[in-house]
Amino acid sequence: MQKFTTVTGIAVPLRRSNVDTDQIIPAVHLKRVTRTGFEDALFAAWRQDPDFVINKKEYQGGRVLIAGADFGIGSSREHAVWALRDYGFDVVLSPRFGDIFRGNSGKQGLLAGQISEADAETLWNLVEAAPGIELTVDLVGKTVRVGDLTVNFEIDDYTRWRLLEGLDDIGLTLRDEARISEFEATRESWLPQTLPARSPESTH
Amino acid sequence: MTNVIPTSQVSSSTGLRTLAEKVWDKHLVTKGEDGTPDLIYIDLHLLHEVTSPQAFDGLRLANRKLRRPDLTIATEDHNTPTLAIDKPIADLTSRTQIETLRRNCAEYGVRLHSLGDIEQGIVHVVGPQLGLTQPGITVVCGDSHTSTHGAFGAMALGIGTSEVEHVMATQTLPLNPFKTMAITVNGTLRTGVTAKDIILAVIAKIGTGGGAGYVLEYRGEAIRALSMEGRMTICNMSIEAGARAGMVAPDQTTYDYLEGRAHAPRGADWDAAVAYWQTLATDDGASFDAEVIIDANELEPFVTWGTNPGQGVSLSGSVPNPADIVDANERSAAERALEYMDLTAGTPMKEIRVDTVFLGSCTNSRIEDLRAAAEIIKGKTKAEGLRMMVVPGSARVRIEAEAEGLDQIFLDFGAEWRFAGCSMCLGMNPDQLEPGERCASTSNRNFEGRQGKGGRTHLVSPLVAAATAIRGTLSGPWDLVQDGDQ
Ligand code: SF4
Repeated sequence: MQKFTTVTGIAVPLRRSNVDTDQIIPAVHLKRVTRTGFEDALFAAWRQDPDFVINKKEYQGGRVLIAGADFGIGSSREHAVWALRDYGFDVVLSPRFGDIFRGNSGKQGLLAGQISEADAETLWNLVEAAPGIELTVDLVGKTVRVGDLTVNFEIDDYTRWRLLEGLDDIGLTLRDEARISEFEATRESWLPQTLPARSPESTH
Repeated sequence: MTNVIPTSQVSSSTGLRTLAEKVWDKHLVTKGEDGTPDLIYIDLHLLHEVTSPQAFDGLRLANRKLRRPDLTIATEDHNTPTLAIDKPIADLTSRTQIETLRRNCAEYGVRLHSLGDIEQGIVHVVGPQLGLTQPGITVVCGDSHTSTHGAFGAMALGIGTSEVEHVMATQTLPLNPFKTMAITVNGTLRTGVTAKDIILAVIAKIGTGGGAGYVLEYRGEAIRALSMEGRMTICNMSIEAGARAGMVAPDQTTYDYLEGRAHAPRGADWDAAVAYWQTLATDDGASFDAEVIIDANELEPFVTWGTNPGQGVSLSGSVPNPADIVDANERSAAERALEYMDLTAGTPMKEIRVDTVFLGSCTNSRIEDLRAAAEIIKGKTKAEGLRMMVVPGSARVRIEAEAEGLDQIFLDFGAEWRFAGCSMCLGMNPDQLEPGERCASTSNRNFEGRQGKGGRTHLVSPLVAAATAIRGTLSGPWDLVQDGDQ
């Protein structure tokens, strides 16, 4: 996972609350055998409407999604985070997140920053007045800057640390890699190995 | 898992350890602090086509290596057809999953047993058969019935896709300690009563959530008397009691099963391994967090009437009346189950007529299961209009059965003799029940729609499956004797 410090990119205003994971990625799009390629599945139902915000040309290449309250509620599917990441979003700002979604985000390098309802409104107005405007999300200072305006966002310390360090679950474990290697050095030589393949010694 | 007592704290005061604790301690890479999990080393990672693709892809995206290809093995089982296995798989999703597994295994250097290979088969049949599943090791697989491997005294855990990726990259898993439960089965099973009946009775007794948070250890005279196949049947269904794993301490039966198998230790290694395996049994006086006692002498063939594996009764019993159930949740579950199963309270189980008999799945598709069923049906005629499908657990089991002439016994009887795979256990391939079709199945899950949309499943032992195929109604081997057939 990439270390996350600041992101500067186009902001996309999603003026909707209670966006559940079924809307982020409808179930019919879950059949893939890959971890990537979900970008077209993101908000697939809403994107049928040419006026949906993501379809507008000013917002192409958006990296920061500003959503209404209770973003990411519903089923625990990790695909919701994958779809947002695949599309190109590095940050979602919302006044409140679904718990599981927020947990999954931190593990997959998506910053889920909590802002106040008032700041969400301010940011929406600002971005809608100047579509395609870029803003800067600073994880070190926990701020969002656009022009002269700076608003704060909240994120728990543990997730922030993981994002700053670029550690997913596996990355966390691999910090102990020396311990794993030490452990491996003590394993008995007769423990089973799948390679090379062997044939039975006798018939069974 | 609230109020979980870390097992390592329970008996550390006495220094006496249970089997599960010994295996756990032996695999501790780092001890968790302040509520963080322990990091446990994984000795054997089993893969199949359904839960591995996104794990491989995650590895690829993060540019990570598969840490130990030499501790990893894959087989094709969940989606594979059991007929015409040389033809391309018709279903697109199934075919994609299989092809993806093949590509991934080639790219990462994983040993794969594909359809048509002699070692192909249900992942939980293949591991033990190759001698890879050994006492005292840790085994994981992205499949809940990984608990099967606990029959050897291994700690065997089913895991999810993101954990599969974690094991691929690190050969470890962060895990919280479990509680331990002893399931002691005293006495001797009567003829016609099997391991399947023990585990169905255990689940009916403790409930489908009764094992939650626990590793179960099966002990006692009746367990000692079981073959490895029987022990696997029992451990397999531990998950149906909600348990994280099930285990049986290794003994001479275990060693005899393993000796000479392809990946069992040899020569001096064998002696060293056995010496270690002999230290694994739970210390006398070690304490468990919970204990359940079952009397094998009293057990009869057991069958399910409902839509979860805990909804079972003795074959000589009747469909229960939901009104008699005290717990409100269980009562309404029973009502719903009877409606789905189209059963009336009070109906004797033996009067229930079935359409299909399925002999297969990782619970009961090993050679011993096929032999037991074949012995009962030999020279008999199948009930009119009933279909029986026999699906060996692995290609090797199929070949072994054919060498013994079992295939001919099944075919003469009028059963279908199929290629190895999960098949009708979950109906991911074309082997499915029709809506409303009633099946006596040797598999492990009788959930609504599990074997096909609208299908009705009664879980049974291979002996009950065979007797049912002869009589057309749920029956045990004893009923055949009463019919004067034997
Ligand atoms: S046989 Fe059934 S329970 Fe066993 S691994 Fe296959 S699908 Fe799962």
